[in-house]
Amino acid sequence: MTTTRSKPDTDMPSSKEKNNIWVFGDYRNYFRNRVTLQLISRARELAEKTGAKVCAVVFGHDLDEYVNEYIAHGAQIVYVMDDPSLKSYNVESYVHLMADLAGKYMPDILLIGATSFGREFAPRVAKRLSTGLTADCVGLEINDEKLLVQTAPAFGGNLLAKIITPNHKPQMATVRPGTFTEQPHDDTCTGEIVRVLLPESDNMPKNRIRVISSEYQPQRDKKLEDAAVVVCGGRGMGSKKKFKKLFDLARLTDGETGATRPVVYARWAGHETLVGQAGKNIRPQILFSFGISGAIQHTAAVNDSDFIIAVNKNPNAAMMKIADVAIVADANQFCSALIRELRKRLRD
Amino acid sequence: MLKLVVCIKQVPMVSELPWNSKTGTLRREMAEGMINPACKHALESALVLKQEHNCHITVITMGPPMAEEVLYEAIAMGADCGILLTDPRMAGADTLITSRTLAATIETRCPDFDLILCGCHTSDSETGQVGPQLAENMNIAGAAYIEHMELNGRTLRMKRVVDEFLETLEMDLPGLVTINTRTYIPRYVPLDGLQNAFEKQDIKLIDADELGIDPKTIGMKASPTRILDVYSPVEEKKNVVMKGAVKKMVDRLFDEYGDRISAAIGKDLKTHDHDEEQT
Repeated sequence: MTTTRSKPDTDMPSSKEKNNIWVFGDYRNYFRNRVTLQLISRARELAEKTGAKVCAVVFGHDLDEYVNEYIAHGAQIVYVMDDPSLKSYNVESYVHLMADLAGKYMPDILLIGATSFGREFAPRVAKRLSTGLTADCVGLEINDEKLLVQTAPAFGGNLLAKIITPNHKPQMATVRPGTFTEQPHDDTCTGEIVRVLLPESDNMPKNRIRVISSEYQPQRDKKLEDAAVVVCGGRGMGSKKKFKKLFDLARLTDGETGATRPVVYARWAGHETLVGQAGKNIRPQILFSFGISGAIQHTAAVNDSDFIIAVNKNPNAAMMKIADVAIVADANQFCSALIRELRKRLRD
Repeated sequence: MLKLVVCIKQVPMVSELPWNSKTGTLRREMAEGMINPACKHALESALVLKQEHNCHITVITMGPPMAEEVLYEAIAMGADCGILLTDPRMAGADTLITSRTLAATIETRCPDFDLILCGCHTSDSETGQVGPQLAENMNIAGAAYIEHMELNGRTLRMKRVVDEFLETLEMDLPGLVTINTRTYIPRYVPLDGLQNAFEKQDIKLIDADELGIDPKTIGMKASPTRILDVYSPVEEKKNVVMKGAVKKMVDRLFDEYGDRISAAIGKDLKTHDHDEEQT
């Protein structure tokens, strides 16, 4: 059964409340942001090796819905700070509260989803606690010394680094949404809800950032990320006019068009087509890649494609090396020939 | 006059990197350096502010002596002066220590700053942590992923899109922003800019002693994180290479991979009708 108790923030934690694994409850945009549940699930697996309890920590107002979700997905303790003044996401007060709580309860590990908010929030908390933080982890393990081994990408995923924080607590990491898998919702799960009272308002920081407006703008299309076929082009297409053929090819294949950074900078295609660092990561069933040399920022973002067909005059281009089929040809000419052939084959 | 400080980093020019295809590793020592792309957006946003207001721009970087290059480039783009923090003892710092070292520099060399601008992440270690941690170190207002800025007196109005929310924010200076890469497309370095930058010689080199920072608080030794191992995730691919006449290669593509293409498109591609082609 789930039990609830309240405590003032000055109350000292019991020994079983120390050295646990904490997950920050990031619930904004809840139905599309499952990262908290994914982290709780991974934390439970890690906790088997350390004997820790998995705790979610959540700030805001009217939080019961989320608190119950966290318990149903595996959180054993949920620390809740529920107050009307916390109603909207605010980095400064959330950082203050988290640093304060973590300083007191000394969790062994603190995991935070790498949402935009999390990426701004986590480094600040780490600074307040003078501890280490690893960004965008793709792997989390516990080693023989019971330390958290954090695997993080560098150079756009072309290198991976294993990082530890040996002498500082908590060991902090951010993890991108989708990296781990949430446990199924289970209403029979039980947990403890600890309602921590907000510090006196005098002890809260003055918010130096004023939120003038905040509008929910769901991303209109995730088309590029979800497309089965992506037609991607680089400078090797030759000109804006020739680049337009890629849009034709995308239409023919019911696919989407992507572009490299130089193409977007040259305004041959809009920013929404950018594939690579600061743009989209794609994983289509088939990627057609035309005239792309393959800067690491780009190749890292397309590496997960099931099948890559690359066309480039230069057989040694990096993009050609990671392709399943590397076609040595002028990208523009090959594209025209491919379109002709497709039209022929698609005609009834 | 408004004092702007832009923090930039030199990163390896990865697209040009010599790639060891056998081991799948970067031969980083052979790499040329460049301004980290996101830092260029931050510099551009400062230059746009400078066009509209009376501003002085200081660029700061921390790195080996060759990192001076990015300061020259920044001055060529329109910054006024540069500071290079260079000291072997500073090497290997993680973000916590880097932000602390940068904060000590700004506090002593640019104490009357109004706005600090940083890129939102680097292309090498990709943490995006130094900007927010610098704001913490300086104990000033900070906002990340900013896409648009408008200055009215001492009030900075900012726009950003975070987690699918379009936010309009305000802060009173002094403050810190990290600039997203969707806007403020960097200008090209003007041809005469670099030469002027070299003639100007307005770059200060500072080491830990000059900074007056305790050597125990800088570099790898002071950093809470440790890198155990760096490796390349290797994946085997068949990598079929086709050469020859374009038309022949198109045919071969459909002959060998037509089923795969057809499955992805979700349409039937008539395999083999070259024989009945009407010409």
